[in-house]
Amino acid sequence: MAETTKATGKLAELTTGPYPSFVKEIEAAAENNKMAQDLIGLLELSYNEKLCHWKHGGIVGVMGYGGGVIGRYCDEPEKFPNVSHFHTLRVNQPAGWFYKTEALRKICDMWEVRGSSIFNIHGSTGDIVLLGTTTPQLEPVFNDLTKMGFDLGGSGSVLRTPSCCVGPARCEWAMYDTLKCAYEQTMAFQDELHRPYFPYKFKFKFSGCPNDCVASIARSDMSFIGTWKDDIQIDKDKVLWYAEEKKLDIQNVVVDRCPTKCMAWDGKELHIDNRNCSRCMHCINVMHLALKPGKERGCTILLGAKAPILEGAQMSSVLIPFMKMEPPYNEDEPSYEDLPELIDAIWELWGEEGKNRERVGEFIQRIGMSNFLDAIGLEPVAEMVKHPRENPYVFYELGDDEDEGEEE
Amino acid sequence: MTAEPAERLTDIGPPHYEKFLPPVVKANYGKWADHEILEPGVYVHTAESGDKIYSIRAATARLISVPKVRQFCDIADKYCDGHLRWTSRNNVEFLTTKEENIKHIREEVEALGHPVGGTGNSITNIVHTQGWVHCHSAATDASGIVKAVMDELMDEFTNMRLPAKLRISLACCLNMCGAVHCSDIAILGIHRRPPTIDHDRLRKMCEIPNTVAACPTAAVRPVTVDGNPSVEVIEEQCMFCANCFTVCPSMPLNDPENDGVSLWVGGKVCNARTEPMFSKLAVPFIANNPPRWPEVVEAVKNLVYVWADSQTVREDGRVDQSYRLAPFLRDGWYRILERAH
Repeated sequence: MAETTKATGKLAELTTGPYPSFVKEIEAAAENNKMAQDLIGLLELSYNEKLCHWKHGGIVGVMGYGGGVIGRYCDEPEKFPNVSHFHTLRVNQPAGWFYKTEALRKICDMWEVRGSSIFNIHGSTGDIVLLGTTTPQLEPVFNDLTKMGFDLGGSGSVLRTPSCCVGPARCEWAMYDTLKCAYEQTMAFQDELHRPYFPYKFKFKFSGCPNDCVASIARSDMSFIGTWKDDIQIDKDKVLWYAEEKKLDIQNVVVDRCPTKCMAWDGKELHIDNRNCSRCMHCINVMHLALKPGKERGCTILLGAKAPILEGAQMSSVLIPFMKMEPPYNEDEPSYEDLPELIDAIWELWGEEGKNRERVGEFIQRIGMSNFLDAIGLEPVAEMVKHPRENPYVFYELGDDEDEGEEE
Repeated sequence: MTAEPAERLTDIGPPHYEKFLPPVVKANYGKWADHEILEPGVYVHTAESGDKIYSIRAATARLISVPKVRQFCDIADKYCDGHLRWTSRNNVEFLTTKEENIKHIREEVEALGHPVGGTGNSITNIVHTQGWVHCHSAATDASGIVKAVMDELMDEFTNMRLPAKLRISLACCLNMCGAVHCSDIAILGIHRRPPTIDHDRLRKMCEIPNTVAACPTAAVRPVTVDGNPSVEVIEEQCMFCANCFTVCPSMPLNDPENDGVSLWVGGKVCNARTEPMFSKLAVPFIANNPPRWPEVVEAVKNLVYVWADSQTVREDGRVDQSYRLAPFLRDGWYRILERAH
């Protein structure tokens, strides 16, 4: 195939316009890279035929790992030999996606020699995606990465690369240290991340507050969402400043939009009935200089989110209403120290009983929440219940409860 | 770069994030007091200590080349002591403690073709999947549609004049590696024809029990073809989810004339005001029309502006804040569908 560094035909039409062009990025990579050149050709074919030209991945990887590499082969290897193999490597990102240029430059130097010169920054789960290289380059890329202090992320039936929001690094609403938790849990479960022995994928996402900037409630099997227990902190002078200086219509924009109607505004003072606050963050989002979350902070752990395949999309639902994430811990309250035990219990049960390609949310659906809680040794609590039952067909365990059966 | 290092490292995990935090972040970690959007795409965060950090946010196409990453690094070295980060929606952020650098960073990053914006009541970057660039199961391209839609909606990225935030996401098939099912507007690639079966390859490549078990509607059944075990598909029962194709490559569904996208509206993930919600089907099918998918672009634009234009404009001229597309649907489905047509 002739060396093509510029897109032609339909693909070239995507090099104009104000939004950054992925075609121009591939062209930039193609100036010094044969794989990127052939990618342009293959993509032009897709644009002409309205068909993708990639085959299913084969089993490729680096020694000792079962995840982190997605095998990819094109179905036109004669026409485009430089992308006949075009495997992806997922590289575990630093928590919060902060970088020093020095580290990025090293990855660039490696990737223009050993791969396509093309990245996704970042992939959907949060990894740096090295988009496309050949089988013989996989080990060398991995060795270069580990020498730079980077490791591969997850793919297949493993713990997928955990990710987190910017958290306490640059946000006043971080109810716990999302970066620390993401890092520590990633390090604690390196074996589960690299070696697939789960029924299917399992994702952790850490969001510092209910605004959920990493969409953990929609996208992670185990979602950690920051929350608080005590009263919203009110700066009365700042409330007045919003009303008078910023001309904020507090009644309409804040009070009337409160989902639990727990607020009142008399034109001078804002009252919050904190007992009825569901900590949705709306009032704090609008008047963040005047209102701050409470001081007793931690996170809610939710379980089971997934996209539609197979049993339909699900959002995570509450497993631990409140976990204290920093000492001092109270004995009678779940704490961050209890987390490894909880995760182990879930993985042991789902790992043993889960069917092939069954996410934990589908598993719970199949066996029932009460059986699930029973098996992992967690007491049911009211906060887990979204909607009480409306039918009387209840399974009682006969003989378990001594208070039952007064007649006998 | 040597191919064989003396010691082969494994299981080292990612670099510790502290290595990459700017000094002002380390000094004020967990002690940020407030934030403000100075102009579209530019945040200032102020710590309890009074320290400030300015973040200049710019769109990227997610797919990014080595030369571009180096150009971003040049800007970060020049103005940010080598510090930069990415957001959860593939925007790049340049971090500086010097207010006077904002203007220079904006000029240089825009000169590279990356508009600054995506803050506040705007449409920020579209999160998306691989599409034809790198996926075997794509029912449509990802990057191409995103480019075409954002080219038309760029003013809503660089301004903050919408009634609320609007999050658009794209997944090129039902596997949804972009998990678009809780977006204000989701663009979702779909197939519309059952798989074709290559019995000869299937025999060599696929595990029949797994393939049968993969079907959510029990449309895939074991059969014997020419004396060999294989599967059949009860076509009336097939809903084109492609889960069988995922576990068995000999059952492709890709079809240039019948693949395309569907549009979904009204989902969200944040908890503010209303609980997180799934997106709901608004447009069942638009055929693939590369390179610019004009019908998809038009439909998305229409949804955005039907929503935006219907919002209450207050007497002082400011748009009423914070009705996401989801609660806007309180008017009833027929209203938005009616207006969108």
